Amino acid sequence: MTLNDVLTRLNSLFGHQKSGATAKERLRLVLMSDHLSLAPDMIEAMKRDLVEVVSRYVEVDRDKIEVRFEHQDSVFAMLANVPIISVNRTPAPPTGTPRRRRRRRRTAEQNGQAPQSTINPAPAT
Amino acid sequence: MKARKIVLTSGKGGVGKTTATVNIGAALAKRGHRVILVDTDIGLRNLDLVLGLEKRIVFDLVEVVEGRCQVRQALIKDKRFESLAILPAAQTRNKDAITEDQMARLMDELATMADYVLIDCPAGIEGGFRNAVAGADEAIVVTTPEVSAIRDADRVIGKLAERSIPMRLIVNRIRPDMVRSGDMLSIDDVCEILSIELLGIIPDDEEIIDTTNRGEPLVLGDYRLRSIYEKIVRRLEGDLIPFTNLDAPGFFGRLIGALKAG
Amino acid sequence: MLPLRQPFDVAQSPAAVPVNLGRAIVITSGKGGVGKTTTTANLGTALAKRGANVALVDADVGLRNLDILLGLESRVRYHLLDVLEEKAELDDALVRDKHCPNLYLLAAAQAREKDEVDTESMRELIEELRERFEYVLIDCPAGIEMGFTNAVVGAQEAIVVCTPEVSAVRDVDRVVGLLGNAFAPKLIINRVRPHLVRKGKMLSVEDVNSILRLPLLGVIADEPEVIVSTNKGEPIALRTDSQTAKAYHSIAARIAGEDVAAPMVEYKETFMDKLGSLLGGRR
Repeated sequence: MTLNDVLTRLNSLFGHQKSGATAKERLRLVLMSDHLSLAPDMIEAMKRDLVEVVSRYVEVDRDKIEVRFEHQDSVFAMLANVPIISVNRTPAPPTGTPRRRRRRRRTAEQNGQAPQSTINPAPAT
Repeated sequence: MKARKIVLTSGKGGVGKTTATVNIGAALAKRGHRVILVDTDIGLRNLDLVLGLEKRIVFDLVEVVEGRCQVRQALIKDKRFESLAILPAAQTRNKDAITEDQMARLMDELATMADYVLIDCPAGIEGGFRNAVAGADEAIVVTTPEVSAIRDADRVIGKLAERSIPMRLIVNRIRPDMVRSGDMLSIDDVCEILSIELLGIIPDDEEIIDTTNRGEPLVLGDYRLRSIYEKIVRRLEGDLIPFTNLDAPGFFGRLIGALKAG
Repeated sequence: MLPLRQPFDVAQSPAAVPVNLGRAIVITSGKGGVGKTTTTANLGTALAKRGANVALVDADVGLRNLDILLGLESRVRYHLLDVLEEKAELDDALVRDKHCPNLYLLAAAQAREKDEVDTESMRELIEELRERFEYVLIDCPAGIEMGFTNAVVGAQEAIVVCTPEVSAVRDVDRVVGLLGNAFAPKLIINRVRPHLVRKGKMLSVEDVNSILRLPLLGVIADEPEVIVSTNKGEPIALRTDSQTAKAYHSIAARIAGEDVAAPMVEYKETFMDKLGSLLGGRR
């Protein structure tokens, strides 16, 4: 944090933020908004990815999903409205990651063999 | 060897593109380079006026492209310099009068006749902008430290980036007193927001108004801004010139960051 | 030094129109950066402060800035093209001003181009706005291409903004030529620096008007406080203590038909030969 940042914070606390600092903050937000409106593909991709992630946990009504960006006074936020149809009992794993199973050793009986002691391994045939 | 073809653009009008084109061009010519300035603001030409050559226009850009005259007939040599010439825009046509291809080919032709071709772009990001940029290999983005200018510069930077055109920034009309009092965005603020390499910082100075009214480039007189433009030109040539310190060293200067120009 | 008395015409009363139609005024200049958007924001504010219902239309598609000058950039949901293409209702697109409840903004689109605006639809939209507002001020983009054409269609009056610089005067001259007689253009001279005019280093109001020969609505001096007000997104006309604000208010009064005394500005008259050549480009 620079001295400038400290001063800016102090100024806004007392409601006396200098106009230069105000301008910088406003520009930062408005450019975010401008860039987003210029990248509809990116927004579509973001929506798709968002829906995919959420769908792992809950079943969603894909046709009624709304994603929009809201620009409030000093905050730029993404708001998503995702209607949920039902909740999955066990979350599905993320796609692309194999389901991690606890490895259980198969017992000798499962293998159809007589139980063996680990101390005296079966002699090689 | 072919010329460097540089477009001066901004998005917002009135930030000083034409003034910068003239003064950078004149400073380059003073250093011995062969320079051609091109006015692409068809319908609202002003490059001629700012250089004081408006009475000598015979042919213009559109007439060259339409084949009604040779390039050399349209070029107006500024007699105050060894090798500075301008190609004026047409005044009674509009920007549909030429295509991007025609511009590109014309700029290539001019590039065989000079070391630098500086293309003065009109305000906006439409046809006039596209034409101006079509003929360029590099760009100088001109902005002032004001909200609307920076917003528009950001837009233009996006457009130039789409075309992979290397660009550098000139911040014009900075007022160090207002920056100090917190009433104006600082150079650091502007650079942080726009994130492109800085080429020049030009303080607001009333001598510009008088010199442009009289059509006199700054390098021809003993003007405060003259050295600023000379530094810009040295940087264009590839030298690493530090930015001049506008402030005398002082408590605030050291604390907040010295105000620079040049 | 002569105190210069400014002869000016009281703003013409609007051409005979049905009583319930507002006045659509385009604010233009040709040259960029002379103060069109600042003037639109401030005149809109000043007219609204007088009690009128005012709509401001940003016609600078692709490079919108009227929203940010009014401090309304975070409140814009829909824009001009959304309305023209019927993707949104006009009511949803009109943003109410933060400071003046009877002032509304129709913002431009940012991610579109000026060529995408259909001229006829624009004319109809301005008509519709005239039915609801006493004043519709249209902020014209720089230039004289499609953006200009679309800003002008639908307007009945024009205000041209000029600074006392040779290129600005030349461009206004060209624009006035293009507008013709139908718009009864009136002039605002912006960013005058009286001390430079006194020294003969800047064109005087007299110089500018002797070339343009337009009825003068007002003269506004170049003040740093305008930069501060832009930084904050609070038009200077909101303030009561500023000379610039007073200038805008008296211009608003003149637009409304009041016979307001012009400010007396003192400076030395200068004649510059160069100006004679500027008349060449008009027709």
